[in-house]
Amino acid sequence: MNRLRMLTLSVAAILSLAADAADWRGSYSLEESYFPNDALFAGQSDSYPAMAFEVEYHRDLPIPGHSITVTPFVRIDDLDQQRTHADFRELKMHVVRGDWEWDLGLIKVFWGVTESQHLVDIINQTDLIENIDGEDKLGQPAVHGLWYRDWGTLEMFLMPGFRQRSFPGVHSRLRGPLPVDIDHPQYESSDKDHHLDYALRANGTFFNDWDIGLAWFSGTARAPQLLLDTSHGQPRLIPRYPLINRLSLDAQATLESWLWKLEAIYQDQKQQSFGAAVGGFEYTFYTIANSASDLGVLAEYHYDSRQEDADTPFQNDLFLGARWALNDTQSTEVLAGGFFDLDHESRSYRIEASRRIGQNWKLSGELQIFDRLSPQEQQYPLRDDDFARLELTRYF
Amino acid sequence: MTYRKTLLIGLFLLFAGTVLAGTAEDKGLQIARDADAYDSGFGDFTADMTMTLINRKGQKSVRQIRIRTLEVEGDGDKSMSIFDEPADVKGTAMLTFSHGLKPDDQWLYLPALKRVKRISSRNKSGPFMGSEFAFEDLGSQEVEKYDYKFLREEPCGEWQCYVIERRPKYKYSGYTRQIAWIDKDKYRITRVEYFDRKNKPLKTLTMSDYHVYLDHYYRPGKMEMVNQQNGKRTVLEWKNYHFRTGLSPRDFNKNKLKNLH
Repeated sequence: MNRLRMLTLSVAAILSLAADAADWRGSYSLEESYFPNDALFAGQSDSYPAMAFEVEYHRDLPIPGHSITVTPFVRIDDLDQQRTHADFRELKMHVVRGDWEWDLGLIKVFWGVTESQHLVDIINQTDLIENIDGEDKLGQPAVHGLWYRDWGTLEMFLMPGFRQRSFPGVHSRLRGPLPVDIDHPQYESSDKDHHLDYALRANGTFFNDWDIGLAWFSGTARAPQLLLDTSHGQPRLIPRYPLINRLSLDAQATLESWLWKLEAIYQDQKQQSFGAAVGGFEYTFYTIANSASDLGVLAEYHYDSRQEDADTPFQNDLFLGARWALNDTQSTEVLAGGFFDLDHESRSYRIEASRRIGQNWKLSGELQIFDRLSPQEQQYPLRDDDFARLELTRYF
Repeated sequence: MTYRKTLLIGLFLLFAGTVLAGTAEDKGLQIARDADAYDSGFGDFTADMTMTLINRKGQKSVRQIRIRTLEVEGDGDKSMSIFDEPADVKGTAMLTFSHGLKPDDQWLYLPALKRVKRISSRNKSGPFMGSEFAFEDLGSQEVEKYDYKFLREEPCGEWQCYVIERRPKYKYSGYTRQIAWIDKDKYRITRVEYFDRKNKPLKTLTMSDYHVYLDHYYRPGKMEMVNQQNGKRTVLEWKNYHFRTGLSPRDFNKNKLKNLH
């Protein structure tokens, strides 16, 4: 009884906090993904209706310079139980003290400059079942310290807990023939998912035009190796997370209409050391054809020293793309691009478009096409997974 | 400084002033300098801006933006714009270091990705948030951004105004020239007419509802931009001006974009 009373009081206290000068933003969305080609694997479907809800709640605490941010996220997929999931994208206390800032809890950070791949971004685990573009992330448990200097910032991350990558389940499209068994992951560290990872990063702006970040990461890799396991009858893939040390550089030169971008890593792990890079440019034609709209053209080259052994599809590829911003009242935008594998014939194309409707709604669409995938490529199982996705989102 | 030196410098300035006041160009430049000098020393300010876009049919679309500006001696101001509406851009923020004729440094924060993105500032003639205001209309107005010409003096409402022509020196400006009405007493701009690259009348800005802050600095409560060519207009309403709030250069670090609320 006492416990129930405590709970009621706590909930009442939280609600009263929330009602008083609360700072909210969030959205809920309805989504439909449609795969026109017949599925390759049993259990897959052609049409996936889904919904999602995300809210960010922020509040200043009574102690000056202290605040909390809580960002729950829920995805409900009608057919794909594995994609139905919930997460705290953020659940943190933020402290500002002089030239220092601290975050404690589940945090979300982004590193990098390029558009077609986020190579140096490593703090947060990818929520792969949300989208194959790798831009959705899980909240990372961390102590994060940031120190302002005249030239930029120095940051330190201590990460006591590891989050596993999410993978498509048996009912999902965009997966290989074998399911990934996320219930039995392997870790190189004997501490398993409690290895203490750390990272350091310096980031600043130099000579006005150069934004440069240099970082060191030591800990459990966010990208697992996938090992074939047949010991339990049904073959399956086991994710294995190695320990790595990684040095990374991200740099952008902003020279009038030109943006020159480079991301590079050198990674050291047992039995393997390798380097990878992505670099290129974005050039924008402003107020094209006497309209208010802008057209940006992008080219980015991807390299990985492991070549065919790379665990990413970006070993020797070229990305070409265009971004069209209408700069109208509805903020209409279209982004179209294609990856061209320079070792193989394979290509994949992606078009994203969005437009605000009224004051609080937004309609966005996504079209993905896989073309000429050859059997020796990792992406071969996705050859019939072209899809179109339409999303209607209400923001508040 | 000795008395003699002061006197010499004083005489020199007097002489230089007389010469400068000679041509219409010199007089225009002097007015711009005086206006700039009058407004200098404000330190910093914060304010809330409501931007209403009105199309030809009278349909409205509203943006809410909070502004923080820091005066920088000898360079353009530093400013931060925090977007609260429309809801899909809530949490988006933009940081600008303006520099007279050199390109501004500009960063955009995208809250969904937690990404701070350095963006090109070359696009000064493009519309701000889909409105009739271009980026260059809202940017820091440094003296060296224009060539000036004094046209005439005439009454502007209850005040007496200088009418000056300004020609943007920035090669990517959307205008050939602007004509501005500036009140002689407190350097309040009441009206600006903008002429497009073909020198055709494009837009008219009227600024009204001026209030004085710190007994010296005047800021308009309302700015209305009417586009004669497309029939659309945008109204800016300014509220909650606070001066000398204690903002420092550290508050304008690109990393500060991430934790604005």
